[in-house]
Amino acid sequence: MEKSEIIVVSKNRAEKGSYVKPILQGLGYTLSNFFKKPVTVQYPDEETKRSQRWRGLHKLNLDEKGELKCVACGLCAAICPSQAISLVPYEEEGQTRYPKKFVVDELRCIFCGFCQEACPKGAISLTQIYDYVDYCRKDFEFDIEKLKTTGRM
Amino acid sequence: MTDRKTITLNMGPHHPATHGVLRVILELDGETVVDATPVIGYLHRGIEKICENRNYQQIIPLTDRLDYAAASANNIGYCLTVEKLMGIDVPKRAQYLRVIMAELARIMGHHLWIGTHALDIGAMTVIFYAFRDREMIMAINEEIAGYRLTPSFIRIGGVARDTTDEFIKLVRDFVKWFPKALEGYHTLLTKNKIWTTRTMNIGVISAKEAINYGLTGPSLRGSGVAYDVRKAFPYSSYNDFEFQVPIGENGDVYDRFLVRMEEFKQSINIIGQAIENLPAGPIQTDNPWISSPGLPEVQNDISALIRRFMINARGAAVPVGEVYSAVEGAKGELGFYLVGDGSEHPYRLKIRSSCFYLASALPRLLVGHMVADAVAIIGSLDVVLGEIDR
Repeated sequence: MEKSEIIVVSKNRAEKGSYVKPILQGLGYTLSNFFKKPVTVQYPDEETKRSQRWRGLHKLNLDEKGELKCVACGLCAAICPSQAISLVPYEEEGQTRYPKKFVVDELRCIFCGFCQEACPKGAISLTQIYDYVDYCRKDFEFDIEKLKTTGRM
Repeated sequence: MTDRKTITLNMGPHHPATHGVLRVILELDGETVVDATPVIGYLHRGIEKICENRNYQQIIPLTDRLDYAAASANNIGYCLTVEKLMGIDVPKRAQYLRVIMAELARIMGHHLWIGTHALDIGAMTVIFYAFRDREMIMAINEEIAGYRLTPSFIRIGGVARDTTDEFIKLVRDFVKWFPKALEGYHTLLTKNKIWTTRTMNIGVISAKEAINYGLTGPSLRGSGVAYDVRKAFPYSSYNDFEFQVPIGENGDVYDRFLVRMEEFKQSINIIGQAIENLPAGPIQTDNPWISSPGLPEVQNDISALIRRFMINARGAAVPVGEVYSAVEGAKGELGFYLVGDGSEHPYRLKIRSSCFYLASALPRLLVGHMVADAVAIIGSLDVVLGEIDR
């Protein structure tokens, strides 16, 4: 490495610091921030805005006829690093394939967003909801009915 | 004269000053440490073993959970290793975006360090300002990747998504704002006599010993060794940027503090250069094994659909071979040693965690100091247990 790429920081070592002046300066810094607008928000009452790309709870998207876009190809379940998605496909002769059972275990999920990225139909996507609570573990296993209505209630 | 007896004190794993779940068994003579044994493993999740059962893309979110204080740098280290084995070139725009994410992660990690380190020693004010500014980086992560602490934004062969106008604006605002905030941290700590008395000549380690213990990153540079992976083995276009490597001379807690304070400045400098010179072009390399085709293409072209299925359901087959690649994480050299056996899963992925080496130097550093200084030394090494235990 060349000399010009190195900076020796300990040259300015304050060998003889003092007690009074830096502490007053520090207090002054605090005081100068004291009258500024707070950066915190009062959480349950007000919330910060989530980004459009936020990776929150899952939802299953519907097409214009109000039916599931999902064709139960299983790509989301295959790519999921935490194996949170399980599905059972169903197909009748001459009909579109659809999921008979589609369960997302929100407690297993690590919200990486790979399912949304992998889906060839744009059928599964992540919402902006991040503060879901419920009473028991079973309630976090979202089935089709629950996934259809995520964020639409 | 009576026999002098030592007592054994358990520090951690739930001690707030051990930064996670590090446990240090201290032998004390009065208040002086005569022996110290770090005990690790409380955060062991078996990440290296899980990696052997996942395909190469699925490992990316796992690497976020190593050094969770600076998550993007881990993603980059892992992706660079796989790319090295596969022989993939990453487009320039993606490389610059990676640099921005890595440096933001470094600043984020240092924010956590300065806040908690000062809090441990008794300076409570700094953490509020550090976390105020850390929140701005979190907002940037959220804007581009959708997640705040563990963005999982880097992909093999590029990055996940392109920038938005809001992202560029947020980064520019941060680059403009941060030097002023950094002055504030200096005002609160650097010249303060209480701070200097608590940190100067504490936990001294010489350059030679630091090298022997395998220390890297700011803790090594504090001892006066100018080693930085970004300069020594430039990756991801780091040689396009002008920045300096800060080093100390004394190897004590205070010098490590000064080195990290200077790194804040250098990192923000790099981000400024990268965001202003962000080249146009693709964000993902065009390799049929790893670049998944976009949604419109998939819906109109059967071959693209098949390719998408192959990439996501089966994963990319990585050639047979062994490769090591390292990046400069916030704590030091974070290396990945990958053994590929030609399948879609790594045969073995060994993570060279910089924090492990930092923790292993603890017995050497703590002996002879007071318990209160032990807190300062652990804080100055900035260990993150997610990376040690894996």
